[in-house]
Amino acid sequence: MSMIFGVPLAVLSGQLLIGVINGAFYALLSLGLAVIFGLLKIINFAHGAMYMLGAMVTVIMFDVMGVNYWVALFMAPLLVGVVGVLIEYFLLRRIAGQDHIYSLLLTFGIALLMQGVLTNIYGVSGLRYSMPDLFKGGINLGFMFLPYYRAWVIGIALVVCFGTWFMIEKTKLGAYLRAGTEDAQLMQGFGINVPLLVSLTYGFGVALAAFAGVLAAPIYSVTPVMGSHILITVFAVVVIGGMGSIGGAIITGILMGVVEGLTKTFYPPASSAVIFLVMVVVLMFRPAGLFGKEA
Amino acid sequence: MSQSFDSTAIHQAILEQQKADARKKMVLNVVLVLLLVAAPFVLYPVFLMKILCFALFAVAFNLLFGFTGLLSFGHAAFLATGGYTTGYLLTNFSGLTTEMGILAGTAVATLLGLAFALLSIRRQGIYFAMVTLALAQLVFFFFVQSEFTGGEDGMHGIPRGHLLGVIDLNNNFNMYYFVLAVFLGCYLLVQRIVSSPYGQVLKSIKQNEPRAVSLGYNVNRYKVLAFVISAALAGLAGSMKSVVFQLASLNDAHWHMSGEVILMTLVGGMGTLLGPVVGATFVVNVEYHLSQGALRDWVDPILGGIFILVVLAFRSGIVGELQKFFKKNLG
Amino acid sequence: MTMMKKLLTSAVASAMMATGAQAAISNDTVKIAYLADMSGTYRDLAGPNGLKAMEMAIADFGGEVNGAKIEVVSADDRNSADVASSTVRRWVENEDVDLVAGLVASSVSIAVSDILEENDRLGIVSGSAASSITNEHCTPNHIHYVYDTYPLANGTASAVVKEGGKTWYVLTADYAFGHALEGDVTRVVEANGGEIIGTLRHPFPTPDFSSFILQAQASGADVVALANAGADTTNAINTASEFGLTQSGQTLAALLLFLNDVKALGVEAAQGIQLTTGWYWDMNDETRAWSDRFMEETGARPTMIHAGVYSSTMQYLKAVEATGSDDAQTVRKQMMDTPINDMFTKNGVIREDGRMVHDMYLAEVKTPAESKNEWDLYKILRTIPAEEAYRPLSESKCPLVNK
Repeated sequence: MSMIFGVPLAVLSGQLLIGVINGAFYALLSLGLAVIFGLLKIINFAHGAMYMLGAMVTVIMFDVMGVNYWVALFMAPLLVGVVGVLIEYFLLRRIAGQDHIYSLLLTFGIALLMQGVLTNIYGVSGLRYSMPDLFKGGINLGFMFLPYYRAWVIGIALVVCFGTWFMIEKTKLGAYLRAGTEDAQLMQGFGINVPLLVSLTYGFGVALAAFAGVLAAPIYSVTPVMGSHILITVFAVVVIGGMGSIGGAIITGILMGVVEGLTKTFYPPASSAVIFLVMVVVLMFRPAGLFGKEA
Repeated sequence: MSQSFDSTAIHQAILEQQKADARKKMVLNVVLVLLLVAAPFVLYPVFLMKILCFALFAVAFNLLFGFTGLLSFGHAAFLATGGYTTGYLLTNFSGLTTEMGILAGTAVATLLGLAFALLSIRRQGIYFAMVTLALAQLVFFFFVQSEFTGGEDGMHGIPRGHLLGVIDLNNNFNMYYFVLAVFLGCYLLVQRIVSSPYGQVLKSIKQNEPRAVSLGYNVNRYKVLAFVISAALAGLAGSMKSVVFQLASLNDAHWHMSGEVILMTLVGGMGTLLGPVVGATFVVNVEYHLSQGALRDWVDPILGGIFILVVLAFRSGIVGELQKFFKKNLG
Repeated sequence: MTMMKKLLTSAVASAMMATGAQAAISNDTVKIAYLADMSGTYRDLAGPNGLKAMEMAIADFGGEVNGAKIEVVSADDRNSADVASSTVRRWVENEDVDLVAGLVASSVSIAVSDILEENDRLGIVSGSAASSITNEHCTPNHIHYVYDTYPLANGTASAVVKEGGKTWYVLTADYAFGHALEGDVTRVVEANGGEIIGTLRHPFPTPDFSSFILQAQASGADVVALANAGADTTNAINTASEFGLTQSGQTLAALLLFLNDVKALGVEAAQGIQLTTGWYWDMNDETRAWSDRFMEETGARPTMIHAGVYSSTMQYLKAVEATGSDDAQTVRKQMMDTPINDMFTKNGVIREDGRMVHDMYLAEVKTPAESKNEWDLYKILRTIPAEEAYRPLSESKCPLVNK
C-alpha cells in the first residue's frame, strides 16, 4: 500500500472525504453568520445556540408529535427562523446603529439564556434521535465505508449553500437586500419595507443554522450545549473567509474542514486549535480575510 | 474686549467647578479606601480578595477597551499565564519569595501581551477581537497540552509563602492587605495613565483614529503600549489570584473568562475608572450568591439575562448611569 | 423492633457521650454541604438529583442525629476550582460545615480536599473519576466513594482481552483523565497478554468523531477502546455504529459510561457494549426498592453516583451517631472501622488512603429485544471482587499508607 508521510493512501483519501463532509457542515453554519454580518453588521454570537435549537426542536417535535425527519427539515428552520425574527424585532433592533460589539454581547447573552433554560429542562446527557430508515447503512468505497447519511449531508449542504449564494448575489431579491442594508433611506424611498427585510434576513440566517442542526440530529449527541462548542470554530471560519463574504464563507468552510481533517490524521491533539492558527496567519497577510474586501 | 473678559470668567467658573469636582472625587476615593481597609473585619477576606483580583483584571481590560477602544477577546490568556507561571515557580522553587513569583508571572504575561499586540494591533474592530480570540485559543491549547499545568486537574497546593521573606501570607489578613495594596497601586497607576497626555492620545484614538493619525501620532505604538500595560495588569491579577486561592486552573484560560471580563466592564461602566471595579464586584457577587441559593441551577441563564438587560437598557453601566443621573440632578 | 433499636443505639450513644470528653457534636448541629456541577457538563451524573439523594438519606436517618439537628447547604461549583474553593472556604471557616459531599470535576475535588485538610473537615468524593484523588492527592480528610479509573480499566479491559480481544486501539480524550485511563488500560491489556497497537489522542471536546473512527477501523485492531467520557463517548459510539465499526468485526469497549449516557444513546446504538459500573439500579430487590423511591422524587433512575451519595451520607451519619462526634478524624476512623453493608454495596471497606473499595460489576448493554423499558439497560455479566478491582495499597503513592 502506498504511504504518504507514514499514512496509507487509502486512509488519507478517507480522511480527505470526511474533511470535505465536515467542511460542508462548517460552510452551512458559517454561511448564516456571514449573511447576518455581511448584510446587517450583526455579530451573531447566538448562532451556535440557534444550531442547537434546530437540533433540539427536531428531536422534541419527533418525541411529542411524531414529526418525521423530512418534515423537520423544513419545520425546524422555519420555527427557529421565527424565533430569530422575534429576537431581531424585540431586541437587536433596539441597538441598531450602535457599535457592532453590542450586538456580539447581546447575542452572547441570548445564547447563555437559551442554553441555560434548556439545560434545566432537558439535562445535558443528550436526547436520542434515530437515523431515518432510508439512510441506514452505507456503501464501501474501497478506501472507506461511507454511510449514506454523510453522503446526503454533503449533497444537501452544498445545494443549500449554493442556492443561498445565488439568491443573494445574483437575484433581484438579493439586490434589494444588499441595497436595503447599504442605504436604508433610499430603499425606503422606493417603497421597500426595510425593517421587515432586516428581520427576515436575520431570521433566514439563523434558519440556516437550524437547518445544520437538523442535519446534525441523527449523528451527533443532541444537547443544549452542543452549539457552544462549535460556535467559535465557525466564527474563525467566517473571519478567515472574510467577514460578510458569502462565497468566502462557503469555500473557507470546506477548506477548513479539510485542514482539520488532515490535522486529525497527522497530529490529532491539535485538531481543535489548528483553525485558530490558520486564522492568525491569514489575518497577518490578508487583514480582511481570504475573500474579504479591505475596509 | 468684553467678550474675552466674559470667556475668562467662564473659564474661571469651569476651573472652580473642576476643583469642586476633584474635591468630591477625592472625598469619595478616601471613603472607598477606608471601606476597603475595614472590609475584612466584616466580610470574608478570601472572598474580598477574589473580588479585588477580578476587579484588577477588569481595570486592566478596561484600559484597553474603555479608554483605547480595542476589544480584546483574549484577555483570559494573560490571566492564566500570570497564574500558571507564578504557581509553577512558587511550587517548584522554594527559594523564591512570593513577590518574586508574582513579578515573574506578571513579566511573562507582559511578554505574551507584547507578542499578542504585535500580531494583532494592525487589525481593526471585529478583526482585532477575533485575532486576540484566536491567539488566546492557541494559548489555551498550550496549557491543556502542558504537563506542568496539571491539565483539567489544575495546579494545586501553591504555597502562599512569605512576602519579602518576612510577612506570613498564610494569614488571610496579611494576604488581604497585600492584595489591597497591589490593587490600589495599580488603580492609581491606571488613573495616572488615563489623565496623562498619553491617556489623552489613547482617548483620541478611541474617538477618531484617522484624526489621531493625521495629527502625527504613531497610533500603533500607542496602541501596543496600551495593550502591553493591560496584559501586564491582567497577568498580575492572575498571579495574585493563584497565590490567594493556592491554585490555578484551565477555567482562567477559557474563552468564557474573556467574555466574563467584558461583562464585568460593561455592567460597571466601560470607560470609567471605577466602573470595572463595581462591575467585577457585582458579577462575582451575583455568581457567588446565586450559585448557593435557591436559583443555584439557573446562574447561566440569569447572567445571560443580565447581559441582555445591560446592553439594551444600561449601556453606560452602573457607574456611567449614576454619573449621568448626578449630572442631571445635581447640576 | 426499630423502636427498640433506636432506643438501644441512643443509649449506647449517650453512654459514649458520657465517657468521651472529646465526643461532642459542635453547635449541636451536623452541617452537611453538597457541592457539585448543577448546570454544566456533569449535571446529569450528580447535579440536582444528587442533592435529592442526600436529602433522602437524611430523611431516612430521621432528620437528626443524637438529638443534634442535621442541616444541609448546597451550591453549584460551576466546574470551577475557584468557585468551589471560595465556597468551601466560607463553609468551613464561617459556617462550620462538617462534611462536603458530591464533588465531580477532578480540579474541584482536589482543590476542596486541600481546604478540608487545612481546616480538618471531612469530604466524600462521589463523582470524580481520577484515581489520583486517593493516590498522589490523598489527604487524611477525604474519602473517594463510588469508582475511579483503575477499576474501570481493570474490569472492562481484562474481560474483553479474556474473550479474545488481543489487539487494541485506544481513542483517548487528550486531558489528564483520558491519559490516566489510557495508562490503566495499557497496563491491564498487556498484563493479560494483549497488545496496544495504536493510541489516538483527540481534543476535548470533539464534536465529530468520524475521522477518528475511520482511523480506528484502518488500524485493524480487534478492540477499539474509548478512554473518554460524557458527550465524547456518546458521540464516538454513535459514529462507530454509523460507520459500521462492529459489523466489520471490531469490538467497541467504552471505559466510562454512565446510565444517563446509555439512556441518551439508546439500546439500538449501544447494544452489546461492555462497561464497568460500581452499581446498577436493577441488581436486586434492595436496589430496586430504593431506586423506585428515587424515581418518585426525581423522575429518573439513579446513576451509581446518586446511589453513592445516598449511601455515603448514610454511612457518615451512622458514624456520627456511633461516636457522638462530628470531629473529622473521629468520624473518618469510625467509617474506616465499619464495613459498609447497604443497598449500594456489601462489605465495602474504606482504606487508609481514603479509597472505599467495593465490588464492581462488568455489565453489558442490553439488545432492543431484551430491554423492556427505557431504563432497562444493563445485564450484569460478572462481579469483580473489590480486592481485584482497585489499585492495591502496595502500588499506592499515598503517604498515608504504611508499607
